[in-house]
Amino acid sequence: MVATAARKAGADRAASLRIGPLSKTFTLKTGPLRTETVQALGDIRLDVPGGSFVSIVGSSGCGKSTLLRIIAGLETSYDGSVTLDGRPIGGPGLDRGVIFQEHRLLPWLTVEQNIAFGLKTLPRAEVARRVREHLELVGLEGFAKAHPHQLSGGMAQRVAIARALVNQPRVLLLDEPFGALDALTRIQMQQEILRIWEAQRTTMILVTHDIDEAVFLGDEVVVMSSRPGTIRKRLPVGLPRPRDRSSPDFIALRKEIHREFFTASELPFAYEI
Amino acid sequence: MSAELASDARSAQRAGLRAGAKTGALRSRLGALAGVLPGVLGRAALYVALPVALLAAWQAAFALGYIRPILLPPPTRVGKAFVDLAASGDLFRHLGVSLLRVLEGFAIAALVGLPLGIGIGLSRTLDRLTDLIIQLTKPIPPIAWIPLAILWFGIGEAGKVYIIFLGAIFPILVNTIDGIRQTDHRHVELARVLEVTRRRFILQVVLPGALPNIMTGLRVGLMVAWICVVAAELIAASSGLGYLIMDARQMSQTDQVLVGMITIGAMGKLLDVVLRAAERRLITWKTTFSGS
Repeated sequence: MVATAARKAGADRAASLRIGPLSKTFTLKTGPLRTETVQALGDIRLDVPGGSFVSIVGSSGCGKSTLLRIIAGLETSYDGSVTLDGRPIGGPGLDRGVIFQEHRLLPWLTVEQNIAFGLKTLPRAEVARRVREHLELVGLEGFAKAHPHQLSGGMAQRVAIARALVNQPRVLLLDEPFGALDALTRIQMQQEILRIWEAQRTTMILVTHDIDEAVFLGDEVVVMSSRPGTIRKRLPVGLPRPRDRSSPDFIALRKEIHREFFTASELPFAYEI
Repeated sequence: MSAELASDARSAQRAGLRAGAKTGALRSRLGALAGVLPGVLGRAALYVALPVALLAAWQAAFALGYIRPILLPPPTRVGKAFVDLAASGDLFRHLGVSLLRVLEGFAIAALVGLPLGIGIGLSRTLDRLTDLIIQLTKPIPPIAWIPLAILWFGIGEAGKVYIIFLGAIFPILVNTIDGIRQTDHRHVELARVLEVTRRRFILQVVLPGALPNIMTGLRVGLMVAWICVVAAELIAASSGLGYLIMDARQMSQTDQVLVGMITIGAMGKLLDVVLRAAERRLITWKTTFSGS
């Protein structure tokens, strides 16, 4: 009952994102007087409905992180349009939370201070309440006074998630958030982020090079190709959650995405986790 | 250091436990003590071994007649001069005068250098405005300012404090600017994403990140302040450790010259210890390489 109420409130809050057509070029200095332009993104079109979970997979250097940085407002020079609930994105904003690959906690602040760091100015009691609430959300109640160097990689990333959520963003952008974690912690964190998404129903956009992760989490998997970064394929994942990574449907989907990256001759030995 | 001690204590405890399993608690406690003690004593011995060896060689060279006492009196004679100067109160009077000058000059340098360094670090305009003048004045040794200082301030306290100020401010200023410029771009991005206010950005991101550099600047500044006070007192003073040294030289009391020099060294070390302790207290999050 409580859960559905929260979900409903969340669904009202979650924003839909409309990208495109969008392209981006970088100018590289290749010599004293020579410059070269490199197209990072070419004609990206993507609609993300409010409250959905979209995974974007691609090999490194395909521009998927650039795309996420544009949505975050960290890259402001691009051609085309990106709108959040109809409003164009012109810079960073609290309506979008970002989780980076590295936790980026401030080492001199405690866990609770790190979470409060992102919080806009509020009465002290309200700050304390929200920090406590989000510590509970990520399961770190006992670590409020700990410093980042006392935490494991997974715990630090949980704090980063709490910090990103504390302002109640309407979109959460995840930039290879579990890429630096070991395989077991990564699986734990994937379940964790799914639980948080189901509780909060924030729109989530995940960038990853881990196909398994993309299929496990996303309502839809967007496959990107490199140079320039374009959307090669969009695959809806129709599987019910929680998803069984060893079910035939899951494996079939994973293989289909895998085929987008590797030629047939590379495939036979494929990929067993 | 304390971590080392703790790990020593732990291994000692483990060794002690092994013994204790057979013969009881008292034995185990003794075992732990015996395990810790050589470690502590060993490190202390390593710390003083080289100075003690040098002192012994110095004394031996005198006993064997290799060096003339007027050029280099033996440690025993320097020790006696130290006791005499301490007993008469002269040593502490001169030390107190020098220390006060150092602290005054250093305090003014810190009060000017820290805010200025922070300002320059944060503002590109202020950096552009002040860069040339800083780069031009920085290479001038503070000692070269002594003639001007005497002309401007006479031979009173102000001139010496001014010299010390000049010596201490540049290390403080330059390190503070460096520290601020080295702010992690990933943290800057984080602050942008979270739309953190500029005030919070400076207080919670920039300054704590710059603190290790700022502390280095203060420690180097304090060291230079000691160099400057002695230089200033050698030339124009009637008190202070520099004056003590100069006065003793004129009287050919080489042992007192050495007492003055050693006192300066010891005082410099002591102040560095104080600043390092403050640094450890302020910067607990940083894990750095401390030699292998």
